[in-house]
Amino acid sequence: MPDLIPISSPGAAPADWLAGWRTGPAATASETPEWLQSARSAAAGNFERMGLPSRRVEDWRYTSLASLAEQNLDWSPPSVDVTRESLPALVFGREADCRLVLVNGEVRPNLSSIPNLGDGVVLTSLSNALGEDDDRVLRFLRQRLAEDGSSLKILNDSWLLDGYVLIVPDDTTIDMPIEILSVGTGGVRPPAYQPRNLVIAGRRSHVTIVEYHIGLCIGSYFANIVTDIDVGPEAIVRHCKVQDESKEAIHLALYSARLDSSAQLDSFSFTLGSRISRNELRVRLEGLGAYCRLNGAYLVRENQHCDHTSVVSHASPETSSDQLYKGVLDGQASGVYQGKVVVHADAQKVEAHQMSRALLLSETSEVSTKPELKIHADDVQCSHGATAGELDAEALFYLRSRGIPEIRARQLLVEAFLNEAIDAVALAGMRLPLEQNVVRWMAERSGP
Amino acid sequence: MAATAESVAQVEEIRKYKHGWETDIEMETAPKGLSEDTIRFISAKKEEPDWMLGWRLKAYRHWLTMEEPTWAMVDYPTIDFQDIYYYAAPKTTEGPKSLDEVDPELLRTYEKLGIPLKEQEVLAGVQGAPKVAVDAVFDSVSVATTFKKELESHGVIFCPISEALKEHPELVRKYLGTVVPYTDNFYATLNSAVFSDGSFVYIPPGVRCPMELSTYFRMNAKESGQFERTLVIADEGSYVSYLEGCTAPMRDENQLHAAVVELITMDDAEIKYSTVQNWYPGDENGKGGIYNFVTKRGACRGDNSKIRWTQVETGSAITWKYPSCILQGDNSVGDFYSVAIANNAQQADTGTKMIHLGKGTRSRIISKGISAGKAQNTYRGLVRMGPKALNGRNFTQCDSLLIGDRCGAHTIPYIESKNRTAKVEHEATTSRISEDQMFYCRQRGIGEEDAVALIVNGFCKEVLQELPMEFAVEAQKLVGISLEGSVG
Repeated sequence: MPDLIPISSPGAAPADWLAGWRTGPAATASETPEWLQSARSAAAGNFERMGLPSRRVEDWRYTSLASLAEQNLDWSPPSVDVTRESLPALVFGREADCRLVLVNGEVRPNLSSIPNLGDGVVLTSLSNALGEDDDRVLRFLRQRLAEDGSSLKILNDSWLLDGYVLIVPDDTTIDMPIEILSVGTGGVRPPAYQPRNLVIAGRRSHVTIVEYHIGLCIGSYFANIVTDIDVGPEAIVRHCKVQDESKEAIHLALYSARLDSSAQLDSFSFTLGSRISRNELRVRLEGLGAYCRLNGAYLVRENQHCDHTSVVSHASPETSSDQLYKGVLDGQASGVYQGKVVVHADAQKVEAHQMSRALLLSETSEVSTKPELKIHADDVQCSHGATAGELDAEALFYLRSRGIPEIRARQLLVEAFLNEAIDAVALAGMRLPLEQNVVRWMAERSGP
Repeated sequence: MAATAESVAQVEEIRKYKHGWETDIEMETAPKGLSEDTIRFISAKKEEPDWMLGWRLKAYRHWLTMEEPTWAMVDYPTIDFQDIYYYAAPKTTEGPKSLDEVDPELLRTYEKLGIPLKEQEVLAGVQGAPKVAVDAVFDSVSVATTFKKELESHGVIFCPISEALKEHPELVRKYLGTVVPYTDNFYATLNSAVFSDGSFVYIPPGVRCPMELSTYFRMNAKESGQFERTLVIADEGSYVSYLEGCTAPMRDENQLHAAVVELITMDDAEIKYSTVQNWYPGDENGKGGIYNFVTKRGACRGDNSKIRWTQVETGSAITWKYPSCILQGDNSVGDFYSVAIANNAQQADTGTKMIHLGKGTRSRIISKGISAGKAQNTYRGLVRMGPKALNGRNFTQCDSLLIGDRCGAHTIPYIESKNRTAKVEHEATTSRISEDQMFYCRQRGIGEEDAVALIVNGFCKEVLQELPMEFAVEAQKLVGISLEGSVG
């Protein structure tokens, strides 16, 4: 079943990107093991052949990277001095017990605070894990490097240097949420960085990850993030991502997950920032009874473009998936939801549901939706729904007739609209700060 | 054909595809293959005006620069476009003046099809029975058009497009290619170059066409392609209901059918276009059958105009077809009702496009896909609300039913909204016939196949009831026949 199709893109690889690679640390680092160096070189060659995806590539039909190709990116940005004080101590009003900080894709132990998370739990940088020859990491990484993917995944392969690694051993529950704070900084030229993150959750383990992506500048930078997730049998991984990058940033994130039998993945993505952002989830439900829930909420305005793409492959019987994406668009913002559900032959008793709703607040905002079902088994229950439109005039009238001013009435309706998605966030402590962000975002609107 | 012992086996075959016979009549064909000479030959045969030949040649030259599309979810061996007869016509020196001149073998063909071709047969029918005017297209040429006189008295033009080119060239020239330009897509361009016949309909302002218009297409000659071109124009305030039906004999090799249909409605006009497509689907293993690559598009040019597509697609080895509406006029309406049944090794990739341009435009899409055996059935659709589609409205529902564990059902909708006042809703489900429903029917003594036919008919009811009444009955039977052998 060709579901995770390698995407061949006729676009061109920008020449300065390739030059950046050849002179950068990914090509020149001396202590790199040979297998990794050859994997990077092969990936760089493939990227050169594939180029950046153009809008003629079906998966990138609605998101143009033309403006990215034009940027004069700095591929080996100098290390930026970030102090603990300059980081928001309280991201979203929550003090973190366990925090790992990345600056421009590089793990900064001096800014991180990692308590003892239990026996055998590993939370470290990828460069560190590679240095220690951790067998689990190497095996997993090799496997993922061998997989095909979009040219951006291949580009990330070619730059594989750092990122975070989280390994939760079998039968281990980590109570405290693990916070990953990824900080982007500007520079003379917009920095480009490509962290590669790995999450391995062992049998019957439980873990919650909260990822923040913030910008410490107002300028532009390019983050091309790939996170590989492996969820063992009966394990539960909860993942909550808040993306509030700088207004000029380009944030492309791919989460590629494989779920074993009765494993669960709960993912929520909250998007506020970036000029262009893409949150791409590729989930393979490989074990009997695996379940994933992919939810998202986004608020975009001005010239922001926000893309949510998901591919859920039901490769095994009795697997199920739920997706709910809700977005609010203002100004000249554009939103995209592309969701694909693939049910393989013989994957019987599958249940899969997708829902995408978008609210257009301005004349010039737009949304494109493409919910796809590809079904090769018969005993399935699959559905998808999509809506796009403005605020319900009757609901607005109802509130106004009760003396609520129009601006407030609109705020209430937008909050209620997004809360349906936010209510599903598994980590209860996250809901309130997210809701507060919605309130603030609405309050910042000038017009009705 | 004499009844011999061998034909017992054939009868068994015909039970599966009841239109699977061929008619032995003398055919005149153009030399095999495609070249400018073939096009000149067709154009000369049709005694076409020069501008028409020029248009065909432009299309052909453009076609040479195009590549066959591969994006559809259909799988078939490469078509050798030089191995096809682009023109096949029953051998009559002149076009038939009346039914008496039509080859009697051909008339028998239509009797087998059950087409009420002879006017008197229809007239002799039950009092008050609705009249249907029929244009019959046999391979590449239109052989007979009924009720012409009565239609003419209303000012309605209903004739083969080749005849319209001679008698109403100004109308054809004004509208041909304005909805589907010759550069549109690979198959439409091919059609523009080589189309040999089809129907032409013009309804003058304010006229409600007094009867259903109907075209029956039959592909007969071996290794021939059928490229018909249909053009329907409903002028201001007029109404027409048009139905097309299609059959073909059973053959081992695949035959190509690449038609183009263009509909145009002016202010307050309405076209209802219904299709019952029952081309030969090939055998259980996918041998033979028609490749049905069709471009159908309607333009609601005028305000308050309406186009409704209704299709029942049960035949063809491969169906590749997206009847679309361009809603240009303010408050214009586009509807798409579809049942697509794919059994055995059939592949169907079908759907619609609703392009909302005008204010207050509305569209509704109801698509029911049924897959059985090893078949693959894809709904592919686009709903686009342009920036000026103030208060535009779309509702889409596409449901898929799976019968058997080796078939596939796919849904690929594209929904694009550039206007906040526009409201777009889409919902889709995929499931199989529930065991409860089957149990309920079986427990009341209904056989398994009948139960499936009953449930499937219920599933499709919303669409079938949109068909003109006399064809709805036929379509219901077709649904049953198409699914024979898919259970147990």
